[in-house]
Amino acid sequence: MCGIAGIIYRNGNGAQRLGADMTRMLQSMKHRGPDSTGYALYRPPTAELILRIKLADGEGNGDIEWADRLRHRREEVKARLRAAGASLASMEEVNDYTIAARLDYDGDLKHLADYVESVPGAEVLSAGSALEIVKDLGDAKTVGDAYKLDSYLGTHGIGHVRMATESDVDISNAHPYWAYPFSDVAVVHNGQLTNYHQWRRRLERLGHRFASDCDSEIIAVYLAQKMAEGATLEQAMRMSLEDLDGVFTYICVSDDALGMAKDELAAKPLVLYEGDDMVVLASEEIAIRAVIDREIETYDPYESEVMVWTR
Amino acid sequence: MDTVAPPARFDPRGLVELDERVPGTAEIEGDKASFDARDLTTRQINLELRRLVYELGIHEVTIANPGAKHSLGVGILARCKITFEGSLGYFACGLIDGPEVHITGRVGWSACENMMSGVCVIDGNAGSLTAAALRGGDIVVKGKVGARTGIDQKGGTVIILGDVGSMTGFMMQRGRQIICGNAGHGLGDSMYDGVLYVGGKVASLGIDCVPGEWTDADTEFVTRKFGIYGLGDPPELQKFVCGKKLYNYDSLEPSERKLVL
Repeated sequence: MCGIAGIIYRNGNGAQRLGADMTRMLQSMKHRGPDSTGYALYRPPTAELILRIKLADGEGNGDIEWADRLRHRREEVKARLRAAGASLASMEEVNDYTIAARLDYDGDLKHLADYVESVPGAEVLSAGSALEIVKDLGDAKTVGDAYKLDSYLGTHGIGHVRMATESDVDISNAHPYWAYPFSDVAVVHNGQLTNYHQWRRRLERLGHRFASDCDSEIIAVYLAQKMAEGATLEQAMRMSLEDLDGVFTYICVSDDALGMAKDELAAKPLVLYEGDDMVVLASEEIAIRAVIDREIETYDPYESEVMVWTR
Repeated sequence: MDTVAPPARFDPRGLVELDERVPGTAEIEGDKASFDARDLTTRQINLELRRLVYELGIHEVTIANPGAKHSLGVGILARCKITFEGSLGYFACGLIDGPEVHITGRVGWSACENMMSGVCVIDGNAGSLTAAALRGGDIVVKGKVGARTGIDQKGGTVIILGDVGSMTGFMMQRGRQIICGNAGHGLGDSMYDGVLYVGGKVASLGIDCVPGEWTDADTEFVTRKFGIYGLGDPPELQKFVCGKKLYNYDSLEPSERKLVL
């Protein structure tokens, strides 16, 4: 059991309090997954490329050379970004093990991400002109406070509370997943995929990398591959209903759209609210009510349904 | 000196809020009562409801602002009227025996599961697994419902004015469902007995679910149920029953078979 949530403000100008709303929604679903919490947050696209890079999986557990190691990795990442042809506009140290880099870069994103990730321990959590992925251990309040998301303004976003069933509890295995190497696409998933290893082998043969052992990562990379082959987000999501086995409800976002897909057994819940000002969806209505304090009309999508909203 | 709070009591069944007290915030007028659930927790709401129904013998309780909280109104075993002004979350009004419940909003998954008797009218939509293992009583959903409505149903009646999802009536053993809208794939899959009436289109029938022969008793039943709940004239319905092709039962119990042998 995990909890997923998404919110898209109609005609959003980027001034909505996305971070605070997402934290409220995810915190109200803490009972669905207390292991880790993650956010994929979107702002109006900028001219820069924003990379969020994780240098290690959390604290160093008493390693006395930890700070040195992290400093070394940080310098190495910075050097590689420059060597790959990116000019660094700014580099923020979000915490000891996470950095947010703003770059001027028009080369191949896969090349850049692979080069950065060849630094031991480094993982590109997200890349895009609008997307930022924040994920860490603990409930939504812990993560939201630690990353100061309360003041985060944005246009749309998704989030996830995780109860680990398939893989370890660490940051790499937490959702959302960036659809490596496709900029500005992210996925959160509730369920279990049973043909994970088949798809992982297929996608690895095509040159994709996997940052975790979590079955949900398949969805992000699968959608990225289909879109690279020319499909739209919605078409790729429809194909996934045929290609992915197991039980799943997932939410996928790009820089201007947010979509949901539900498997043919309708085994995992999702509740939808479509208002004039925003579309909100979550595993439980109680999460929607955390951001809308009035009686509203909601419904559950049926099996094999794919729905996409644009902002 | 600082006082140290005692450690929270541990319950091996996983119950939370063990030491919660009854809030006692209801306004009582004769045998009617109402309270606002906005600032109460799930346990407080259920405790207050139980105090009113069991201790004070109140016959009509109105609960405002339930806010889609889970597990509200569960296990009420008394004749009374309960109105929820708003939507409920998962496991709403499960295991009830006797009450007449009216929910003006919607309900989440597994509403009225294992209900024994009484009535539950839901003005909005309902999630999947509505009326799971229903034993008796009537459930009316005025919106649409999710998948697997009445899974393992063993009695009672479910009336749905909207559409239903896949695997509706899965493994049902007795009871009836009147579905005015369309039905999803696998209608009545592996049903043992009982009747499904469908007004709209059926995406596909499940294994061993077949069209049944309409009789005057069906007309009388549907008309009577629609009359009770003021739903107007029923639409034209198709009837589906179990084909009994999967019946491979030995007619003797194991102990009886020993005697025969």
